[in-house]
Amino acid sequence: MFEIFGIPSQALFGQLLLGLINGSFYALLSLGLAVIFGMLNIINFTHGAQYMMGAFVAYMLLQYLGINYWAALLIVPVLVGALGIVIERVLLQQLRSLDPLYGLLLTFGLALIIEGLFRNYYGSSGQPYAVPDSLQGGRNLGFMFLPNYRAWVIAFSLVVCFATWFAIERTRLGSYLRAATENPTLVRAFGINVPRMVTLTYGFGVALAALAGVMAAPIYNVSPQMGSDLIIVVFAVVVIGGMGSIMGAILTGFALGIVEGLTKVFFPEASNTVIFAIMIVVLLVRPAGLFGRSL
Amino acid sequence: MASTAEAAAPAARRETERSVGVAAAVMVVFLIAAPFLLYPVFLEKALCFALFACAFNLLIGYVGLVSFGHALFFGWASYLAAYAAKSWGMPPELAILNGTATAAILGIVAGSLAIRRQGIYFAMITLALAQMMYLVALRVKLTGGEDGIQAVPRGHLFGVFDLSNEMTMYAAVLVIVLAALFLIYRIINSPFGEVLKAIRENEQRAISLGYKTDRYKLLAFVLSATLAGLAGSLKAIVFQLASLTDVHWTMSGEVILMTLVGGLGTIFGPVVGAFVIIAMENYLAPFGQWVLVIQGVIFVLCVSLFRRGIVGELANRLRVRL
Repeated sequence: MFEIFGIPSQALFGQLLLGLINGSFYALLSLGLAVIFGMLNIINFTHGAQYMMGAFVAYMLLQYLGINYWAALLIVPVLVGALGIVIERVLLQQLRSLDPLYGLLLTFGLALIIEGLFRNYYGSSGQPYAVPDSLQGGRNLGFMFLPNYRAWVIAFSLVVCFATWFAIERTRLGSYLRAATENPTLVRAFGINVPRMVTLTYGFGVALAALAGVMAAPIYNVSPQMGSDLIIVVFAVVVIGGMGSIMGAILTGFALGIVEGLTKVFFPEASNTVIFAIMIVVLLVRPAGLFGRSL
Repeated sequence: MASTAEAAAPAARRETERSVGVAAAVMVVFLIAAPFLLYPVFLEKALCFALFACAFNLLIGYVGLVSFGHALFFGWASYLAAYAAKSWGMPPELAILNGTATAAILGIVAGSLAIRRQGIYFAMITLALAQMMYLVALRVKLTGGEDGIQAVPRGHLFGVFDLSNEMTMYAAVLVIVLAALFLIYRIINSPFGEVLKAIRENEQRAISLGYKTDRYKLLAFVLSATLAGLAGSLKAIVFQLASLTDVHWTMSGEVILMTLVGGLGTIFGPVVGAFVIIAMENYLAPFGQWVLVIQGVIFVLCVSLFRRGIVGELANRLRVRL
């Protein structure tokens, strides 16, 4: 153990690690928001509730059906994503031709419903979700102790983020998607089923949120308000990064997580407002956002 | 959004003024008779929220800006009004003024930041700023943290009217709220209001006509924030309490819901919406958490099936503007 700027290395790197973990969730969620915004032109206010649902469904699968973490990692995004598809088909699709403000209000209402339902059944206190056996414990790196589960969350979310980036920016399907974002009418004329693509995109964005929720379950307690607290911070992240670029969303998410972790070490009392403060500075200096096309 | 044919012909304008006048008369008569039929405290609460919703509607209905952070102005104004009345021993009129001025200052700061981005970003920025100030409220001493500021004295208005008398309190709230609503009506129908509507319909064109739209948007935002602050300050005096509920994002959601239920961009919609939602919450209070679910369901239903809201629908049936 040693000291950096008078701070024990354990504390400094511990908070950095926590920052990276938060950053993984910011990145996964703002990525989903950006993908959805690109295709549907709405901000998915339900995103936080869908993340919370991901954590809760994982908890319920384990509690009632004995389905473990690894299976949940696969099943939960599919289930919650499918629910997202239903929402898109039944509710969001009819708002396509209207002011995007209505999409915002509708998804806000949905978030209230989902959070309210879970609060009714589980109260506002958190439910614990155990770290899977294979990721128990950790290793001592000399300058800090690294719990295995946390290392896994960071590594896996990096993989998911870059896989998403690759799928959108480097594959044929992704090129259809990007084309449909630019000009849906023209892409439709080429014989591509754009409405179905929109539905699937929404489902995919929601599945990403649910996946983040499953990963978050063993770290934070599973509680009904975990989504609404987080989503507001993610909105600030999105304002900072701008939604024009997938890579931008990923980088901003991780970077802000690290900044938040460092603030916790040096100015603990400002740690939960620092992202908002950065948002204000970015709005003053570069209103379009760091990676944003001007809007 | 409201119909675009604004003030086309003088005849149409007269028609509108007549229907608005009739509706206003009905509203005033109802509000004067109401305390003899319903609980004054319920009515005072509904009136405060009616003003809050009308202030919010000034932005969403007439400039097309969706603020998801109006709890910031409502809540912080109520803190400062309560603090002034309790800790500085200010009379109620000065306490209310203090709260309202706070909201105006916050409105200038938040507004000049938020109008730097448009559309969907505007909503996210206002929400984030409000959340930041919620976290500040949770920390600083002035707000009393989790306890809030309790047992705020109502005092004597202008040193004469004893507000601890419920009917006097109601009369004071009624006069202040009606005056503010009249002010909002005048703003909407002023040349300034016409420019706001032009910005809502087509900002690029308004710019090309030489209007500095950012200034108009900022002024509208500050007016809206200030009036929301007036509503929050009044509420603090009426309930003798300022608490975290008033600065939480759910409060921002509630005022949006009231405006939506009543009718976005209608003159009387937010008032009706506020009464409906407050009444609903009163009756549903025993069901606790279900309130959140029911609010959500109303949101979804309004957006999917009932976008004009109660007053908008009524006005459409009667072929008038309300």
